[in-house]
Amino acid sequence: MTMSVMRDPAAAGRFGAFGGRFVPESLVPACEALEEAFREAWADPAFRGQLDMFRTVYAGRPTALTPAWNLSAELGITLLLKREDLAHTGSHKINNVLGQALLARRMGKTRLIAETGAGQHGVATATAAALFGLRATVYMGERDIERQALNVFRMTLLGAEVVPVTSGSRTLKDATNEALRQWVAAVEDTHFCLGSVAGPHPYPWMVREFQRVIGEEARRQCAAELSTGVPDVVVACVGGGSNAAGTFAGFVGTGARLVGVEAAGGAAMTHGTPGIVHGSRSMVLQDDEGQIAEAQSIAAGLDYPGIGPEHAQLGAAGRAEYQTVTDGEVLTAVRRLARAEGIICALESAHAVAWVLRAAGTDELPHGSTVLLTLSGRGDKDMIQLSDMAALTGGPA
Amino acid sequence: MSTLGATLRAAGRPLLIPYVTGGLTANWTDYLDACQDAGADAIEIGLPFSDPMLDGTTIQRASDRALARGATIGGILAGIEAASRRLSVPLIVMTYANLALRLGAPRLAAAGVRGLIVPDLPLEESAALEAAAAEAGIDLILLAAPSTPDDRLREIRRRSRGFVYAVSVMGTTGERDTLPATAVELVRRVKHHQPDPDGPERLPVLIGFGVSTPEQAAEAGRAGDGVIVASALMRRVLDGATPDDLRVAVAALRTALDLGVSSGTPYAEVSGDRR
Repeated sequence: MTMSVMRDPAAAGRFGAFGGRFVPESLVPACEALEEAFREAWADPAFRGQLDMFRTVYAGRPTALTPAWNLSAELGITLLLKREDLAHTGSHKINNVLGQALLARRMGKTRLIAETGAGQHGVATATAAALFGLRATVYMGERDIERQALNVFRMTLLGAEVVPVTSGSRTLKDATNEALRQWVAAVEDTHFCLGSVAGPHPYPWMVREFQRVIGEEARRQCAAELSTGVPDVVVACVGGGSNAAGTFAGFVGTGARLVGVEAAGGAAMTHGTPGIVHGSRSMVLQDDEGQIAEAQSIAAGLDYPGIGPEHAQLGAAGRAEYQTVTDGEVLTAVRRLARAEGIICALESAHAVAWVLRAAGTDELPHGSTVLLTLSGRGDKDMIQLSDMAALTGGPA
Repeated sequence: MSTLGATLRAAGRPLLIPYVTGGLTANWTDYLDACQDAGADAIEIGLPFSDPMLDGTTIQRASDRALARGATIGGILAGIEAASRRLSVPLIVMTYANLALRLGAPRLAAAGVRGLIVPDLPLEESAALEAAAAEAGIDLILLAAPSTPDDRLREIRRRSRGFVYAVSVMGTTGERDTLPATAVELVRRVKHHQPDPDGPERLPVLIGFGVSTPEQAAEAGRAGDGVIVASALMRRVLDGATPDDLRVAVAALRTALDLGVSSGTPYAEVSGDRR
């Protein structure tokens, strides 16, 4: 099945009824310049070649496709893990950041600013800034700073400035607002290195294109691994939705079922309504008057009331489906994957695992199914949070 | 009822539009009366939004406080509706796209709103609301920024209604020590694109963002057709200013603007409490 989805959203940045560019007039010229620069760079083999080089020799791509041998046997399915946790800095975020940092340098910008939730995007931004000699400032909600102290330290060690955001819910949504505000005042020399497939055009499209490498590699690797060539189901966790968008982009033209897994407390696709936040129209958790709700998730990276506009389109078109799992299911999934496969994944990535654990052997995911799961990041950043929780509950994490 | 633009053009003096955050206090509409008494030509009322992308810390705090004390958009609109019956100056609503598009122009018009400012709705996204607002008799006021190139400026000038909101600086709302040079330059550029500076189609150009003191207001009034003052007033209310206190602050701006028209007139003696 091929659909006219996951293509170039053209000048208006529309994904069906979603997307667009809802930004202050002050930022319109910057968004237009970024779109033009990205179009030009993405069509330039020299830029592509440079990015490929850094992906390979710096970020460690292609990442492995690892069969989850033991879990597959236990669940009666074939589960393949796309190991973004093995990429440099520990998550898929590096894919996007290498692209944007190269683009920023090409545009003559000398500084990156970024928002971060779990801190993985902030770490990736700080990393690329160090590599390319750019200055970096990362905005992070005060609440996330508390629960992701290790990543705050990593960013600082890499030379980035981490600015606590104390407004609103003090999480990712507020960090994104603050980064947008700061960008208005610094747009001359500063590139806003947005971490997800959200925000104003061209970000949802550009970030998906920079993350497309996940899906394209996985598609080739699945073709070699599976007798059917293509898995029955492709699953990834979704907050803003960048690892899912990159993964889906490799399979949207196949017959594979695409499943995005949201945090139950941040399920914009499942419980949201159409709205405008952070520069684009998408599905949003909001009240009857349009005030944006505060998400609640154990995973800081999924603690976000919106979702990328292209996911809203994929959902509306029925090309992808969106499921939710609870914090409790996520904790179980972290432990089960660790014990079965010797892989400690990030709380965010564990959402995808949790859905597979619940669905396997049911009509949702019958025995014998082949599943590609993108493991978006590794769990090192969550160890303090998990050990604190274990101390509270008196048991092992 | 004449349009907002006609009312403003007929004022015959530098225009003063103070801003009040809707629902900030239980008696928030009393601040509207104070603004009118002090000589406002129109009043801008902010509908607080949870995610105010273009607001600096003062307006963020004001919005947060309004929402935290349980203010609702419905309740604020009821307050505006009552105020519009009692006040003669036009009331303008400022709010973000998620709220503005959800409310729609007819509901705002029914509440007596005469003008609408949506800071995250640039030209490419505003056509539908422009049509709906025109239909409902509301002037949709478009913003121009220092970064706006000339061709966009011409389009903004052509499509804006009521006045053109000249954003003084590349930044968020909030008080600043001096009126940025970018403000004067932007007003000059907008005026350059006026079809006929004295004709009926002439739109006033008002400077907003960072106009904090009477001195700055006078300077902005000389450069453009008037000013919008928000953070400097809402900071006072956040610090406990009563409607009477606000009346004094707005009156100081009024006096400075009126004296400031003839360049060189001393106006420092009416200055408010600079910080």
